[in-house]
Amino acid sequence: MSRGALRCSGAAASRAEEVMANDILRPRLQNAALRGGLAAQRVRRAWWMAAPMLLVLAAVGAWPLLRTIWFSLTDSELSNPGDYAFIGLENYVGEYGLLASADWWQAVGNTLLFTGLSVSLETLLGLGVALLLNQASRLRTLLRAALLVPWAIPTVVSAKMWSWMLHDQFGIVNHHLLALGVIAAPLAWTADPQLSLFSIVLVDVWKATPYMALLILAALQMVPVDCYEAARVDGVPRWQVFRRITLPLILPGLLVAMVFRTLDALRVFDLIYVMTSNSRDTQSMSVFVRQQLIDFGLVGYGSAAATCLFFMIALLSIVAMGLMRRTFERAAA
Amino acid sequence: MSRIELRGISKRFGDTPVLNDIDLSIAPGEFCVFVGPSGCGKSTLLRLLAGLEDPSAGEIEIDGLLVNHLPPAKRNVAMVFQSYALYPHMSVHQNMAFGLQHRKLPAAEIERRIADAVRILQLDGLLQRRPKELSGGQRQRVAIARAIVRQPKVFLFDEPLSNLDAALRVQTRLEIARLHRALGSASMVYVTHDQVEAMTLADRIVLLQPLAGRSDVPSVAQAGAPLALYHHPANRFVAGFIGSPAMNFVDATVKALGDGRVLVDANGMCCAAQLSPQGLAVGEPVTLGIRPEHVLLGEGAQRARVSHVEHLGEVSHVYLELPGISTPLLAKSYHEKIALGELLPFDLPAQAMHLFRADGVAQARGNAAGRSVEAVDG
Repeated sequence: MSRGALRCSGAAASRAEEVMANDILRPRLQNAALRGGLAAQRVRRAWWMAAPMLLVLAAVGAWPLLRTIWFSLTDSELSNPGDYAFIGLENYVGEYGLLASADWWQAVGNTLLFTGLSVSLETLLGLGVALLLNQASRLRTLLRAALLVPWAIPTVVSAKMWSWMLHDQFGIVNHHLLALGVIAAPLAWTADPQLSLFSIVLVDVWKATPYMALLILAALQMVPVDCYEAARVDGVPRWQVFRRITLPLILPGLLVAMVFRTLDALRVFDLIYVMTSNSRDTQSMSVFVRQQLIDFGLVGYGSAAATCLFFMIALLSIVAMGLMRRTFERAAA
Repeated sequence: MSRIELRGISKRFGDTPVLNDIDLSIAPGEFCVFVGPSGCGKSTLLRLLAGLEDPSAGEIEIDGLLVNHLPPAKRNVAMVFQSYALYPHMSVHQNMAFGLQHRKLPAAEIERRIADAVRILQLDGLLQRRPKELSGGQRQRVAIARAIVRQPKVFLFDEPLSNLDAALRVQTRLEIARLHRALGSASMVYVTHDQVEAMTLADRIVLLQPLAGRSDVPSVAQAGAPLALYHHPANRFVAGFIGSPAMNFVDATVKALGDGRVLVDANGMCCAAQLSPQGLAVGEPVTLGIRPEHVLLGEGAQRARVSHVEHLGEVSHVYLELPGISTPLLAKSYHEKIALGELLPFDLPAQAMHLFRADGVAQARGNAAGRSVEAVDG
């Protein structure tokens, strides 16, 4: 049950990706269908080819999602999940519904704050690192590989590692900061409500900056070299070259990277769960969902929260897709 | 007015020599074309002038000023790139204005220069378009316009026509020649691998040869006026590169030396060449060269069988089989009724012959003889 519940947030993202894929495929398939016999055959073959994947997606994406939405309309509980009654939108708008819960809104706020802070820091740092890596150098290949290490470590492992390093009594971070005289007394990095969200953002930035840097580096390497050379011959100052040539040309790639990271960050679970457990000050939406479903056994209520999370991410994906399409069209024009 | 001087320029990438020992002077207002097969370093030489690459040795002077350590922007040159290098996200107008905006020019001056360039290159109505919305020829013109608005002393063109189709290439070639006349005082340095572009545009051709990893060969095979390279190739490389179809080469040995004449024997075929015999010895192996357009078909004492004919319309290429010589002799002919297998009389006029010694150096031609070759073409 717990796995099923946690999957809904994952299902949200795979739904969004499916929607994007459909959007690209559909016009092409329709055009092909209009073109008569041979084309119709090709369309049929395309559907046959896509069928296994569509079935898998239906089984692991659509079905759990629909189950979650259905449960969100019931008063089902974990102790006896088979025995429930349909209660309509009570879980959402009822007197004790989700929308009236301060804890839920706190989780929404935490998630948005976490997402905003981490994605903007990761973008800025990633851009800087990518610009440095884009300079031709013998170290580049090595650095590019080394860069991926934080991204390759499972989040649970890196979260635990950082928890120990940030431990208020035995942590290496406090030890060194004290030794250097930066702080006078040990800081409770993960327990202090003022600091804990900041610590979580720090670890997320450590982990995801390489990913951003590599995506931005890929975009940077698509910028035609002769544009830079033309600017050099024209004597355009470096800052102008960055602002007027590099940035506009990597913007589509940069936006894709930011959208992917944002969708990821909105679903954040493992990092926060490992570092601060169920602390209300740092609880994200996914952590809230798990707490309601598992700790409190409220399958219906938790499902309602999961459904809200899904719709928020879906809405954001659609907005982002529209924005990206406009940017791409402008870049392609 | 700006003279470009290159002194002892060499360039190597790692251990690979690309350019060797180039001494070159380009006069103010001159149209100088660097031509050569791929890999001869012609684009690298242009990039050295632009300041996009550093020479490994030697000095570059523009207008009497040593520019080796000056960045591209301070050299007063403008470059037109092979791929045009237009900024894809900017309109035509922005593309032209961008290079000027940071120079603290008054806006009115920028607009005036752009208007001039638009008029010269007929870009009216395209100013608000993006490069993607332009045809290849239009992009090329925008790239040239972007160079013009800079009002540089030297224009550098890096194979600007190679991405255009054949018809547009001819038209743009004419436009560039017209532009050079219109701009008058600015020097142009133009890189191409196409000898037709080189012959038609250049005041002076600099023919570069690939070094193939050797650092003892000079890069410049010959520099001079287009017709000088055509009539008086300094060596076998130049003779083979300039002219289309390429010059016929036949291995031969020196048979006798006379006054302003050399008799050679090419596998039993005896020919005379109106060349200075200086430095040659009887029995020395040489290479005989004659251009397809100078082979006289239908007259003369020699006979050869026609092994293949290509009709191009205006002219036919006739391949003649010579006994004991593996590569057929190519002749241009205006007769269309030449049949395969036919035995044709032909002649190799002595005044059109070239001789190359074993090291590839061409045998000099006396002045009187040189004139008579030109008379053959005339």
